[in-house]
Amino acid sequence: MKEIRTFTARKLAEKIKQKEISVAEAVQAALEQIGSVEGEINSFVTLDEEGAMKQAARIQKEIDSGELRGPLAGVPAAVKDNLCVEGLPATCSSRILENFVPPYTAEAVLNLKKAGAVILGKTNMDEFAMGSTTETSAFGITRNPWNTDYVPGGSSGGSCAAVAAGECFYALGSDTGGSIRQPASFCGVTGLKPTYGTVSRYGLIAYGSSLDQIGPVAKDVADCAAILEAIASYDKKDSTSLNRKDRDFTAALKDDVKGMKIGIPRDYLGEGLEPDIKAAVLAAAKALEEKGAFVEEFDLSLVEYVVPAYYVIACAEASSNLARFDGVKYGYRSREFEGLHQMYKKSRSEGFGPEVKRRIMLGSFVLSSGYYDAYYLKALRTKALIKQAFDRAFETYDVILGPVAPATAPEIGKSLSDPLKMYLGDIYTVSVNLAGLPAMTLPCGLDEKGLPIGLQLIGDCFQEKKILTAAYAYEQTREWKNCNIQEVSA
Amino acid sequence: MSREYETVIGLEVHVELATKTKIFCGCSTAFGGAPNTHTCPVCTGMPGSLPVLNRQVVEYAMAVGLAANCSINRYCRFDRKNYFYPDNPQNYQISQLYLPVCRDGSVEIETPAGKKTVGIHEIHMEEDAGKLIHDEWGDCSLVDYNRSGVPLIEIVSEPDMRSAEEVIAYLEKLRMMIQYLGASDCKLNEGSMRADVNLSVRRAGEEAFGTRTEMKNLNSFKAIARAIENEKNRQIDLLEEGKKVIQETRRWDDVKEYSYAMRSKEDAQDYRYFPEPDLVPLEISEEWIEAVKSRQPEFQPEKMQRYKKEYGLPDYDAQILTGSKYLADFFEAVTELCKKPKKVSNWLMGETMRLLKEQEMEPEDISFSPENLAKLIELTEEGSINGTVAKEVFEQIFAKDVDPVSYVEEQGLKTVNDAGELRNIILQVIKDNPRSVADYQNGKEKAIGFLVGQTMKAMKGKANPGMVNQILRELL
Repeated sequence: MKEIRTFTARKLAEKIKQKEISVAEAVQAALEQIGSVEGEINSFVTLDEEGAMKQAARIQKEIDSGELRGPLAGVPAAVKDNLCVEGLPATCSSRILENFVPPYTAEAVLNLKKAGAVILGKTNMDEFAMGSTTETSAFGITRNPWNTDYVPGGSSGGSCAAVAAGECFYALGSDTGGSIRQPASFCGVTGLKPTYGTVSRYGLIAYGSSLDQIGPVAKDVADCAAILEAIASYDKKDSTSLNRKDRDFTAALKDDVKGMKIGIPRDYLGEGLEPDIKAAVLAAAKALEEKGAFVEEFDLSLVEYVVPAYYVIACAEASSNLARFDGVKYGYRSREFEGLHQMYKKSRSEGFGPEVKRRIMLGSFVLSSGYYDAYYLKALRTKALIKQAFDRAFETYDVILGPVAPATAPEIGKSLSDPLKMYLGDIYTVSVNLAGLPAMTLPCGLDEKGLPIGLQLIGDCFQEKKILTAAYAYEQTREWKNCNIQEVSA
Repeated sequence: MSREYETVIGLEVHVELATKTKIFCGCSTAFGGAPNTHTCPVCTGMPGSLPVLNRQVVEYAMAVGLAANCSINRYCRFDRKNYFYPDNPQNYQISQLYLPVCRDGSVEIETPAGKKTVGIHEIHMEEDAGKLIHDEWGDCSLVDYNRSGVPLIEIVSEPDMRSAEEVIAYLEKLRMMIQYLGASDCKLNEGSMRADVNLSVRRAGEEAFGTRTEMKNLNSFKAIARAIENEKNRQIDLLEEGKKVIQETRRWDDVKEYSYAMRSKEDAQDYRYFPEPDLVPLEISEEWIEAVKSRQPEFQPEKMQRYKKEYGLPDYDAQILTGSKYLADFFEAVTELCKKPKKVSNWLMGETMRLLKEQEMEPEDISFSPENLAKLIELTEEGSINGTVAKEVFEQIFAKDVDPVSYVEEQGLKTVNDAGELRNIILQVIKDNPRSVADYQNGKEKAIGFLVGQTMKAMKGKANPGMVNQILRELL
């Protein structure tokens, strides 16, 4: 059993197909690991043990009958708690949705189920995906399996910690400004944020609608490609969904980067970047160069504007997206109130945490009359310029390579007191969302504290395959081919 | 005093579109379902749900825009209007502020004062809200989201109208146009057409506009006319007293014939509009516009010409009948059955209009079937009933859609064409009215009318008056 949980998703699916392991055994292995580490890690908000066993029995039948034969059939997975799964609570780690059970399932999760996934439960996150540490969750913090004194990153901290700790074989996260890539990097797992519109957002509880994308968190590059292939779809229920013909992402898993042009933004290597990270990232670039890629540094420009532009746009959209949580229709309603206005005020004041309130206020401010042009419109213009800067870069380069964050995982309790500093930690990730680009992160070393360092690879729109190829080629050179399961040390 | 002032009026007209499904989801728009039965995650604002635009809404908006001589914005977009209210499940309404679907149009109106063009500033698409039901007994409010997401267009006019007559003429023109398009039934009393009146006054000859108010809750043309008159006078009185008109939204109470301030500009909400990120910008191709143009129906002027030519109707008839799409359709349906256009026109313009007016109904409220009117016309044409009886039967058709053939049979209203029976009755009438008989014989032609009347009375109206006349003359 202990061995099972070290398998990648594809390897496990293969063993299930060969009837070496049953789906029930795979689920048991995950549940056992959850049982032993969850008290320490707290990756999950909701666990569905009973439902998982039922799904296992049904999926086993479908595998046995030959109906299900995909590379993920029978593999237990976890889903971030901002994705709706019919019958399971979807709390977004917020009090205000504590009792909300959606009557429908998100399109991405439906796609995953069609591929034979067993959904174990819902993972912890920063409240409404607002945060970089998973400490803003209303249901307790999640700890980093590499060192439980440290945060797992955020906002998909629960999904990334669960994969790193072997509590599931892969997970879904969402990425609005780095929420898959940053925690994946902090937890030493592999994560991918697809081109905007590749995965349907139907059933994803929105934070910043124009930036949100669902993506995989997994143990290696090949798993990420397989999961993305399963969840990507054209969905008429999401008007921003794209009808892509090039969804055969696993076709990009080739150890061949000869002639690939890789650019490293000089702006990403300057002040503020920890030396360990810089060294690990440059070493990864060197490894790709040795395999025949052409690597050079270049000036991306506008880097100092990405964080303010991102927070203006994301918070503006969030202030409107989160207006529906008002105590009228579902979720938390204050027990005592006089009249409608007080019901709104008290329900929202008691239901939302401080970081969410901060962003709703910021967003409401930048949209209010008299400030709209100065903040919101200016941020939209900045967004367009950032996209242009990337367009120029991709005229020359196939892939942009750099760090994911300026530092490795911070200690628990050190981030929330200085939100501005926390926001600046998003400097290498948010521009990808503003430009709608695909990007992924995979481990490229450990820092002096023994915490994982992530390498980020950014592609032009629709060029997931290029970053998958680069990531796959780099992964072959890395000493540990897939993330080691962390034996939790208290 | 008020002659020295000019009233300046602009209208914001909301029209509920006649699509089968809602603007952003597949739920039915049918009226009158049990509360919250025509709902889904999208129109109840469930977390994670997303809107998808109904193309038919865009087509109707374009069709109305084209009929109102608007230019179509080839690139248009939706925006979110943010405000908290329980009838609005997302606490924002998806509407269009920055790039509406239609702009810069005009409609021609006609009043006794003459013809005039009213400019259309823009037409935009948006979603309707749900309905709040205040339960006095339960001390709570309930929300019904069946109406949430029903498509609306808002037609914003330029401040080009100067009187209540012009406003009514404009609204009637819009309503007729939209009904001809089949884009809405435009019933003011049921709320499928709603008009907000923006009104200001200024001294005659002044260029600058005065401060305007916006009047809401106007549920009939009469209410609109009364509210305009009242608001005009209120503003003039304020100015005459040396006071200022405050820019505010007012609510009309048609029972008290009085309006009161709802909110002033100062405490107007900041709607924090911004582009709706869940919908992609709408690109309208030239081909799409052409396709909508090619499907535009026969509007009133063409229909009127056709009625004169095809059915040989007089100008007056053709104008009245085509003044309402319902009336015109009804006319054509009855004519198709009985092939007597002028007779059908007479029934519709005469008795039907009289009864509609009497009961404060609109042509679209006609509840009887074309078949029964056609049958009635045939009954009169073949002489089975006379004119008086026909009117009586028609009232029954109008009220209860009775089948005139069986009704006449059951009630024994058939004209008596039996000369023998008539002759006996007439002899009795002659005997009972010697003076009139003498008058007639002395050359007073009028006296025969009285005798015919007496005979009809004795026959309870069932006699054929021509036959009565003929027999009387014979016997005298």
